[in-house]
Amino acid sequence: MTDRGLTHPLTRNVHQDKRVTDLAAYEANGGYRGLRKAVEMTPADCLQVVKDSNLRGRGGAGFPTGMKWSFVPMDNAPPGHKYLIANADEMEPGTFKDRLLMECDPHQLVEGMICSAYTIQADIAYIFLRGEYIKSAQTLSDALREAYAAGYLGKNILGTDYSLELYLHTSAGRYICGEETALISSLEGKRANPRAKPPFPQVSGLWGRPTIVNNVETLCNICHILDRGADWFQQLGHGEDAGTKMYGVSGNVVNPGCWELPIGTTVREILEEHAGGMLPGYKMRGFLPGGGSTDFLTEEHLDLAMDYSTIGKAGSRMGTGTMIILDDQTCPVGMVKNLIEFFAHESCGFCTPCRDGLPWTRDVLEEIEAGRGREEDMGILNHQVAFIGAIGNTHCALAPGAMEPLQSALKYFPEDFERHIAGQSCPYCDAG
Amino acid sequence: MPTIYIDGQAHEVSEGDNLLQAALGLGLDLPYFCWHPAMGSIGACRQCAVLQYQDEDDTRGRIVMGCMTPVTEGARFSLAADRAQAFREDIIESLMLNHPHDCPVCAEGGECHLQDMTVMVGHRDREYQGRKNTHRNQHLGPLIHHEMNRCITCYRCTRYYRDYAGGTDLAAMASHDHVYFGRHEEGVLESEFAGNLVEVCPTGVFTDKSLVHDYTRKWDLQSAPSVCTACSVGCNIMPGERYGKLKRIHNRFNHDVNGYFLCDRGRFGGHFVNSEDRIPAVGKRDGDGRFSAVDADSAVSSIAALLRQGKTIGIGSPRSSVEANYLLRELVGAENYCTGMSAQEGALVQHALQQLEQSQALVPSIRAMESADAVLVLGEDVTNTAPRIALALRQSVRNKAYAMAADLRLEAWQDAAIRNLAQDQRSPLSVLSVAATRLDDVASHTAQLCPDDIARVGFAIAAELEGALPAVDLGAELAELAKTIADTLRSADIPLVVSGTGCGHSGILDASAAIARALTGPDRPAQLSFCLAECNSLGAALVADGAGMGLEEVLELAAQDGIDNLLILENDLFRRTSCSKADSLFQAAGNVVLLDTLTTPTCDNADWVLPTSSFAETEGTLISQEGRAQRHFPVFNSVAPIRENWRWLLDIGHCAEVATCKSMVHFDDVTTSCANTIKTLFGICAAAPAASSVPAADKVPRQTHRFSGRTAMRANISVHEPRQPTDEESPLSFTMEGHSAEHNGALLPYVWSPGWNSNQSLHKYQSAVGGALQGGTAGTRLIEPGDIDAAQESSGSTAPALNAGEYRLVPLYRIFGSEEMSVRAPAVAQLCRPAGLEMPASVAAELGVSNGDGVTLTATTGNVDLEVTINDSLAANCVGYSHGVSGTGGLVPGSATKLCRAENWQRAPELIGTDRGATTA
Repeated sequence: MTDRGLTHPLTRNVHQDKRVTDLAAYEANGGYRGLRKAVEMTPADCLQVVKDSNLRGRGGAGFPTGMKWSFVPMDNAPPGHKYLIANADEMEPGTFKDRLLMECDPHQLVEGMICSAYTIQADIAYIFLRGEYIKSAQTLSDALREAYAAGYLGKNILGTDYSLELYLHTSAGRYICGEETALISSLEGKRANPRAKPPFPQVSGLWGRPTIVNNVETLCNICHILDRGADWFQQLGHGEDAGTKMYGVSGNVVNPGCWELPIGTTVREILEEHAGGMLPGYKMRGFLPGGGSTDFLTEEHLDLAMDYSTIGKAGSRMGTGTMIILDDQTCPVGMVKNLIEFFAHESCGFCTPCRDGLPWTRDVLEEIEAGRGREEDMGILNHQVAFIGAIGNTHCALAPGAMEPLQSALKYFPEDFERHIAGQSCPYCDAG
Repeated sequence: MPTIYIDGQAHEVSEGDNLLQAALGLGLDLPYFCWHPAMGSIGACRQCAVLQYQDEDDTRGRIVMGCMTPVTEGARFSLAADRAQAFREDIIESLMLNHPHDCPVCAEGGECHLQDMTVMVGHRDREYQGRKNTHRNQHLGPLIHHEMNRCITCYRCTRYYRDYAGGTDLAAMASHDHVYFGRHEEGVLESEFAGNLVEVCPTGVFTDKSLVHDYTRKWDLQSAPSVCTACSVGCNIMPGERYGKLKRIHNRFNHDVNGYFLCDRGRFGGHFVNSEDRIPAVGKRDGDGRFSAVDADSAVSSIAALLRQGKTIGIGSPRSSVEANYLLRELVGAENYCTGMSAQEGALVQHALQQLEQSQALVPSIRAMESADAVLVLGEDVTNTAPRIALALRQSVRNKAYAMAADLRLEAWQDAAIRNLAQDQRSPLSVLSVAATRLDDVASHTAQLCPDDIARVGFAIAAELEGALPAVDLGAELAELAKTIADTLRSADIPLVVSGTGCGHSGILDASAAIARALTGPDRPAQLSFCLAECNSLGAALVADGAGMGLEEVLELAAQDGIDNLLILENDLFRRTSCSKADSLFQAAGNVVLLDTLTTPTCDNADWVLPTSSFAETEGTLISQEGRAQRHFPVFNSVAPIRENWRWLLDIGHCAEVATCKSMVHFDDVTTSCANTIKTLFGICAAAPAASSVPAADKVPRQTHRFSGRTAMRANISVHEPRQPTDEESPLSFTMEGHSAEHNGALLPYVWSPGWNSNQSLHKYQSAVGGALQGGTAGTRLIEPGDIDAAQESSGSTAPALNAGEYRLVPLYRIFGSEEMSVRAPAVAQLCRPAGLEMPASVAAELGVSNGDGVTLTATTGNVDLEVTINDSLAANCVGYSHGVSGTGGLVPGSATKLCRAENWQRAPELIGTDRGATTA
């Protein structure tokens, strides 16, 4: 029964019936072995293993985890707390991978966090959980209680000198809280506005102290890496990236869902083998490879490997690795309008281009979709894409991400916009 | 000094600046909103975008925000690149999506930073077709008008109000394009510094309510450099006038004093100038006891005749200028001059002056106080007695944060980052007071003690610091507190002790001076600052030149021998002594001559009343609590027969043939004579340039270059434009011709620069952005650290012991209410409450009273009934009365008093706390 753990470390305890893996079941399946090994090692050695594993952040940006951790002050750290935070504010449209991990195997996240906190010598950790994830809140609370009772958390973990307090924070829920510095602001009880970098959270994060924020899936990998080693992890991937990845598909496909697959699996394999292909009568026109804030790709990209650099080179981002499929009977303008509406609403309101630019873009798309589009609206949309969409123009990455589906829709589906404007109606709505 | 390249041009800029500061400092126009020179950068508005190139070969560059980009050696930028310009225009267009087109009816119009920046980026046509977001406005009290639809969401208001000024009741609410800046519910803004929102807001969201109700555009205001008279700090102000009325007061930048900010008493309290209570005519009391208006010149000769016969006592005033007090002293003779302060207060001010003069500690400017890294406030409620100092102390506690930031190599302008880094870590601030203060929220150590104990803990701190001093016997808890506070001061680079005359306790002054003395070392400039009661308390004391009677001495004199003539300069004696004592003085005096601006109870007891100009209509030199001599100039001329205080006195002096007056004609002659007569005032001529220093043709214009309607203003009277009045007394003119920019820093009537119509144009006048004025910092310091620290004999005064059933009477101050003139400004008056007596619940229980009941207070000068307010923060056995509020004139700070429940007490009617729908007449 273990051997699923060798190939599918993240979902080895995820069952068809979605039952929760409790501590006994988790331990029976090799749980907390990674932690036991970790505390036998020095934090520096742990860090080296994570660096060697080539694990990259699973939240969307794909930043090398080991390198991120290496910026935390260690030996010469000023006295005081250090923090580890699990970013469980999973609000990227189309993304539900962390939810699966937390609902079915909460101890995996807890163990991963303890290992990670040990590596950076954090003494306090938080799980920043999306408020709507009621079931995850329950499973994590139970897991934390069990872990404390078993001595995996609290003072002198497993009889060592290392102590860690881990708290579950159920947030009020904003998309922007997924941005690590906004998450920190929110956790401090302030407005969830992102912060300017530098200083980076590794140096001045929560309460001004060194802080690491990692995605749930990233942290879940850590205990396995420390348990089985960097080489094992490296060979799990298909291409240059290491490990497995939680991939997901939503849209009009036969079997929408979420699967743990070797990182670098092709889009076609995910879509056709795991998601069962398009529903009868539907044809794929394009897909957002990694959630609502990534650029559309089209049929010509189906054979690309889903890894950070391949998807990046194709003009999009792997993001969270959870695809949203656009089919031939869904209006691309309406889909983009829907997404922009979401992002305009989720803007924190701090910087001008995002706060005021997204609502204007939304309004223009609404007009086009409602059959009131004007010729000059295309110019406005293209202008807004350039104005809001460039990294650096805005305070954080929300607005550039928000513009990605629009800018690629303008590139791949210009005729749809033109038909809306020329016909003064949405061709998809009229079609039925 | 790194060299940077802007559009190919090499520039040397200051190390540690950001590009926006550097560009503005170089005289380049780079638009911005959220950045503020006193509040640093957060990168919210994205308006100051420029292109930054990686190196010489980079031709594309990337957009960066000027305010968030440090200037580093060799860095290359372009402000002029098309992409940067287009981006900045896009930002304005975005900000304008929801901004109403109401400039013509907006109180900010004509001095609106948003207008200026819009024009600067060249944005004109808007493509947006949608609806504009709208918001509900809030009633924020009588001082500030709220118009949320105009908001461009730059976050300056909350950053100022919360982060800088420590307010808690204004916040950013909601998110995305619905962000709303206001209170959680309608109500009066609680911060004493809320008025600065008017100048901090780059557009018309927060505007001056008095101005909105009686409006004049900036370009139509006649302004002059002036000095606030609402406390002893002497903030520099720019009052604006039209149609003979004071319309508003704006901050006048003084790098060392008020910087960019005023308190609300100063900003809104000056409107007493327009009061209906102004004395309109020269009055002589008839046989029937009523005043009749008489001719000014005949009054002068009659009064001069009085002066020539019999003994005249001159009662000066700590709210009148040095010159007026000096002239009064010359008229009556130094031995007959009274500073106008009570004996107790006069002695305290004299004592404070001696301590400052003989201390090696630096008497700090406000800016110097902000640099202190450990502060002790001993017995002074600075928020209510010298508010601007409280705002400075609030900044001083951030020095810890700046030190932490320096360790991380974060520049000081990285405002949000530094606040996030330091969180609630602050430099030590200890506040020992009789009751809780508004600075306690940022204080590291606080204690509420009776004045004697404050002094004793102060001496204990001094003894901790300087072993040679005698130990003080305190309880264990207070001894520990003294030790802890001493430790914070000892380990500071720049320790500061702030105290004052607020408690009426000379021991507190002595203790403060002893601590400062103990802290002063060869490498360490300890700072010692005393808050005084009024705008020229120090000046009046200096004019007395070591002599000068207190009011009580005048009372005694009157009781013994009677007084032939009493010449009172701008002083309401009923505020300084009890009614019965004042009445007996007036009965004992043969002739009472009063010069004053507004009617007062003293006015009702005068035989002659001469109407004097307000601070806004006269020149004068005031000495602030820093010992800084500062000159204020008339903003407009008062209407005859009102004359300047100094001119009345000089006219009387001429008429009475007083020798020293003979050679004096002009105001500057008075200043010079005073400087030459009184050694300690020698420096006052340097406070500002004399009238003669500027040729008539080069005078500084009080009117803006766009001043309009000089003929239309009085077209209903005559179509002929009258000749503009000439000003022979100052280097300013009542015209619109000439330049104001290149003059002395003390002569800046307004700030305005091409393309920069708002007060944001200030950087065009500064030597560096946020730095001193190119024309020099206004004012001149009279007190510098002495060479030798002459240890003062401690007065060791302690208050009389309390007998059974007695309580210690301590003064409590109110920013709105304790100061005499500002309470006569209608907006401020709405925020004033009737006098009351605050007491801990334990005392209330002993007396069987609760909130709203009355108590009868037995004072040596008679019984006073006051309303009870329970204040559990008061030190044990202390009861606090509202100092300076009408009805408390005879109460003596520190005295022992008996209290009993007032059985026939009638609760004062509630003041109407709303001005909605009302307009100021």
